[in-house]
Amino acid sequence: MEIFNQIAESLQKGDHEKVAILTRKALDDKIAVQQILDDGLIAGMNVVGEDFKHHRIFLPSVLLAARAMYAGMDLLKPLMIKEDVRTIGKVVIGTIKGDLHDIGKNLVGIMLKGAGFEVIDLGNDVPPEKFVQTAKDDNADAIGLSALLTTTMTGMKDVIDLMKSEDIYGKVKVIIGGAPVSREFAEQIGADFYAFDGMNAVETLKAYVKDR
Amino acid sequence: MRPTIEFLDERTLERILSEAIDILCKIGVEIHNKPVLEMLADHGADIRLDNYRATFTEDIINKALTLAPSSFKLYDSLGNEAVDLSEENVNFTPGSAAINVLDYESDKIRKPTTADYIRYAKLMTRLDHIASQSTAFIPADVEAKISDSYRLFLSLLYCRKPVVTGAFTIEAFEIMKNLQLAVRGSEKELKAKPLTIFSCCPTSPVKWSDVTSQNVVDCARYGIPVEYIAMPLAGFMSPVTLIGTLVQHTAETLSGLAISQLTNPGTSVLYGGSPAIFDVRYETTPMGAIETQMLDCAYNEIGKYLDLPTQAYIGLSDAKLLDAQAGLETGIGATLAALSGINNISGPGMLDFESCISLEKLVLDNQICGMTKRLIKGMEPKEDFPMIERMEELLHEQHLLISDHTMKYLNEEHFMPSQTIDRANRARYEEEGGLTLKQRAHKEAEEYLAEYEKPGLSEDVVKELIRLMEEEAKKYGMDKLPDREE
Repeated sequence: MEIFNQIAESLQKGDHEKVAILTRKALDDKIAVQQILDDGLIAGMNVVGEDFKHHRIFLPSVLLAARAMYAGMDLLKPLMIKEDVRTIGKVVIGTIKGDLHDIGKNLVGIMLKGAGFEVIDLGNDVPPEKFVQTAKDDNADAIGLSALLTTTMTGMKDVIDLMKSEDIYGKVKVIIGGAPVSREFAEQIGADFYAFDGMNAVETLKAYVKDR
Repeated sequence: MRPTIEFLDERTLERILSEAIDILCKIGVEIHNKPVLEMLADHGADIRLDNYRATFTEDIINKALTLAPSSFKLYDSLGNEAVDLSEENVNFTPGSAAINVLDYESDKIRKPTTADYIRYAKLMTRLDHIASQSTAFIPADVEAKISDSYRLFLSLLYCRKPVVTGAFTIEAFEIMKNLQLAVRGSEKELKAKPLTIFSCCPTSPVKWSDVTSQNVVDCARYGIPVEYIAMPLAGFMSPVTLIGTLVQHTAETLSGLAISQLTNPGTSVLYGGSPAIFDVRYETTPMGAIETQMLDCAYNEIGKYLDLPTQAYIGLSDAKLLDAQAGLETGIGATLAALSGINNISGPGMLDFESCISLEKLVLDNQICGMTKRLIKGMEPKEDFPMIERMEELLHEQHLLISDHTMKYLNEEHFMPSQTIDRANRARYEEEGGLTLKQRAHKEAEEYLAEYEKPGLSEDVVKELIRLMEEEAKKYGMDKLPDREE
């Protein structure tokens, strides 16, 4: 349908005002929320992701597109619960206890939201209990853990150990990232995924929710 | 402000000049070309035909300096302005006349073919930081006597950019001029919009052969710009000291300038060269040596002092492979050259004392050129003062990635290199194949070649270029030119 292309294209251009207008129009035309979300907003964001991966656009353009995505999402959100529409996934993110660095984590949050995920950002210096409790309360699909220090990265294992004892390990996936961690470290502590940058985190979680 | 670098103070520079003029007026120049000697005699030079010597007067040199233009432009084959050789403008062009190509697969050298040249010319259409093409290497699958014109022919056929070239014989000038006339349509148009620069090389010490002096004269007659490529070798064919070598380089270059300007007053020239130190351990002429590069930058200062546009063979490497030495010598040279404000920098793509071209190195060097051009743009405030408002925006938004200020200035403040330059984090680098520099450059080259578009010459011009070249080949016993892929 033409309106979906228009939404997707406006989103790719980062035109948040136009995305809002078009989303409003689609709702007025009684188009299903799920369809606006999937065929308009998320479809547009998928193109943005590919363009970024292939260096055709840079990070600011991705973030502008993400902002446009929120503009559409803000209008859809109130109706999503009513129509029982699910976002593509729900992720709890935060920087590990003892670590105040949140630049990387923030970027991942913006990009996940931009890709259509619902993101609960717990901030920095987050204790394991808070990650686990929030994931349980909000029925999250995944927990995203970030660390910038070799001294705090070990705290990631504490979160996983707590998830095991609370019996959500395996049901809620764990994705980790940050300068000192690696794929090997992820395997070692039992994290499900490792992401080497923001877009990689988005791709990894998108692939997971798609195959679920 | 724009960053710059200088090697000569004014007093030293003026002394170098006066010493060079002294050499030209007391010892003179050896020119193996009777008409050129006679032409110089008409202007007051003292000539001896028995030992081909012309002793200049200061008047000749001053006249040449007064007549030579301080700038000129080059135009591509469609007539669009492409290279501005004025003031401190910096332009890059590949090095020239290599006799080998570094084979990507084997890392061994081999003789270049027509197919290699076509790949090169096609690639040049996409290397945005290299403003002109050069006849960078010599295809070995044609008769040697047409190998100079044949390079120009292929360059014109496959790439729109202007060409830095040169003739190997007196006879070749005719066809190389006619190929240009076929593109421009008339002598008048060619003079108005120069398409090529011819390299003309004196021999050290202070000598011009019949061929090179005649090339200077022929180019002057047709208004084809010339770059003088004096090549004193410090410690061998010129004094071991850099200043002494500069004196000799100046004398050799000024002698060329006199031949050009007295033949055709006002003809466009570049104050160029390719001096080097002589490596007394290996008996070689290292183009990547730091002293070689210092000589280039210093004679550029002399050229600028004389209000002439400049050229240098700098930003090359003597490494045999695309290795760290290749990168460091090229990077240092290109950086110094750009800081010096050399107008036409000949170097990209070259290895092994300029005897070998690597297309992968050319792709890498294009990035080096882009970086150095960014370097000389320097830094200046762009809505940076006062800073308080932006700081408040940062604290409020948590980042400035999509700030209006970022969107406005990102592209001019940050140079974005191609994927040949590795800036991925290690995990991403590994996920993308863990490619070596050579592999990444090759990949970039292959992408450009796959997207190649013809230069857009009219069919008539293409036909005429082919007719001219085939006719020339026949003169030298070649009934057929090598096949060309389209």
